Amino acid sequence: MGIQKSTRWIAWLWLVLGAMYFVVPLIATAEFSLRAKKGVYSLLAYQNVFAQSKFYESFGFSLQMAALTIIVGMVLVLPTAYWVNLKLPQLRPVIEFVTLLPFVVPAVVLAYGLIKIYSRPPLLLTPSPALLVAGYVALALPYLYRSIDAGLRAIDIKTLTEAAQSLGASPANVLFRVIAPNLRVALLSGAFLTFATVIGEYTLASLLVWPAFAPYINLVNSSKVYEPSALAVISFLLTWGSIGLIQALGGRRSDSSQLAGTR
Amino acid sequence: MAAAGSSSVRLLMPSELNANGIDAPTTASRLWGVVKTWLVVVPFFLFAFMFLVLPALSITVGSFSDNDTGAFTLANIIELRRPSIVSAYSVSVRISVVTALLGGVFGFLMAWAVSLGQLPRWVRSALLTFSGVASNFAGVPLAFAFVATIGRLGAVTVLLKALGVDLYGAGFSLYTFIGLCLTYLYFQLPLMILVITPSLDGMKTQWREACQSLGGSTWQFWRFIALPILTPPLLGAMVLLFGNAFGAYATAYALTSGQINLVTMVIGQQISGDALHNPGLGNALALGMVVIMVISVAIYTLLSRRSARWLNR
Repeated sequence: MGIQKSTRWIAWLWLVLGAMYFVVPLIATAEFSLRAKKGVYSLLAYQNVFAQSKFYESFGFSLQMAALTIIVGMVLVLPTAYWVNLKLPQLRPVIEFVTLLPFVVPAVVLAYGLIKIYSRPPLLLTPSPALLVAGYVALALPYLYRSIDAGLRAIDIKTLTEAAQSLGASPANVLFRVIAPNLRVALLSGAFLTFATVIGEYTLASLLVWPAFAPYINLVNSSKVYEPSALAVISFLLTWGSIGLIQALGGRRSDSSQLAGTR
Repeated sequence: MAAAGSSSVRLLMPSELNANGIDAPTTASRLWGVVKTWLVVVPFFLFAFMFLVLPALSITVGSFSDNDTGAFTLANIIELRRPSIVSAYSVSVRISVVTALLGGVFGFLMAWAVSLGQLPRWVRSALLTFSGVASNFAGVPLAFAFVATIGRLGAVTVLLKALGVDLYGAGFSLYTFIGLCLTYLYFQLPLMILVITPSLDGMKTQWREACQSLGGSTWQFWRFIALPILTPPLLGAMVLLFGNAFGAYATAYALTSGQINLVTMVIGQQISGDALHNPGLGNALALGMVVIMVISVAIYTLLSRRSARWLNR
């Protein structure tokens, strides 16, 4: 009994120490962001942030990029994961390899390689945001694939497919009206994680020179004192919101999904 | 109808049907069926080839090509011996090792606390949810959070000064190696917690009971049973943390304005305008990163295979 009790005490100790490390920077940032007016706490820094048209422009740009990344990512991954599970299980090792690539090629190296290839004809893509979206999709591939694959394995896709086909459903109908609705949780958690990642992504956006949200925050930092903290708080709330939604959806806590690319 | 067609062809294909005289598909239609089956996955692999494989390939080829003639050369690889580049690799490796070890140890302790430490259930789910958020909270906002905390005018700096501890007077700076380590830990710790908790959950209570019934102490349980079982996942997770820190760019850039000499910073400068005055060397530098990442991913894969023996994740 004594051992049990001391175990719990030590557990609490480590947890509280760790929690302090996690919480103190958040409190400090929030507190700092409220200090824009001398002597009193105020929301002045936030008002300043929301008064900037650049804020909306950069955030809107990142929103568009996030939406495009989610759509392109899903369109690429969903049919492939479905088909590999149903018909081509021998491709699994190849897929494993592909989903490891974004980890092996860090974002900064990916940017380097993309610019090297696509900044001149025959494939001049650097002037188009398409290259940025492609880079984001590449970085999102591991967790998109893993989350959708796990979802597919949890349902009996073979029976569902055969049942739908025997009722005369076309392949597109099978995929989008039978399989996809059964993957709601996997698809939504993949979407929210992609959203959180793209909104906060700095490396690709700044190296490919796009006016995205994270480069904007960094830019504000060079001229303002309290506004960057306000933007950091906003950014954290956005991340918290997206991940919190994943949790609320009952998205399973997956360890492998963490093997995404670095930022 | 293409995909549905292919599946029905395949249902009729087994050879015993042919032997019984039911119409055998011609070679051409069989071939078409195979092609159709593979056609579905073409976009995915084409994309992966264009935007992942090709960039990596181009960096590799560029590393071994002469800048002017394009002929094969090892000159770029040899150039990596430049002191500034060696030092960039050394700082990157050291920062990754330090944060992987610290993040690994303290992350493990926190994961242990919520997994085996008999804490209330809500503590566990709160920590895991928070870790999910914090491991994604990297880059520019994270850097600002730490500036607001222990930057020159940060809350903790000011508080400690009021208590008589002058951090910056004592030589501490957020914008150096140690400050960067402290900041990196903010995403390293949660990653460790997320990766290692399933392994700790996989520890069976029967093992502990068996140990106790044979008269083993808590120390003996950890020394002879738990740690040997947990070593592969622990090492694997730390290798993952190493790679996570090694490839990081945004956090370090935002914190030090690119002033700290990391490999990722040098590559960033090389992109913005041939800072090394040698495109071939830029390739070799990037290739070096990829090689180190490949090695760490390989070690991680091997270790997680080993750990699957005891702990089915």
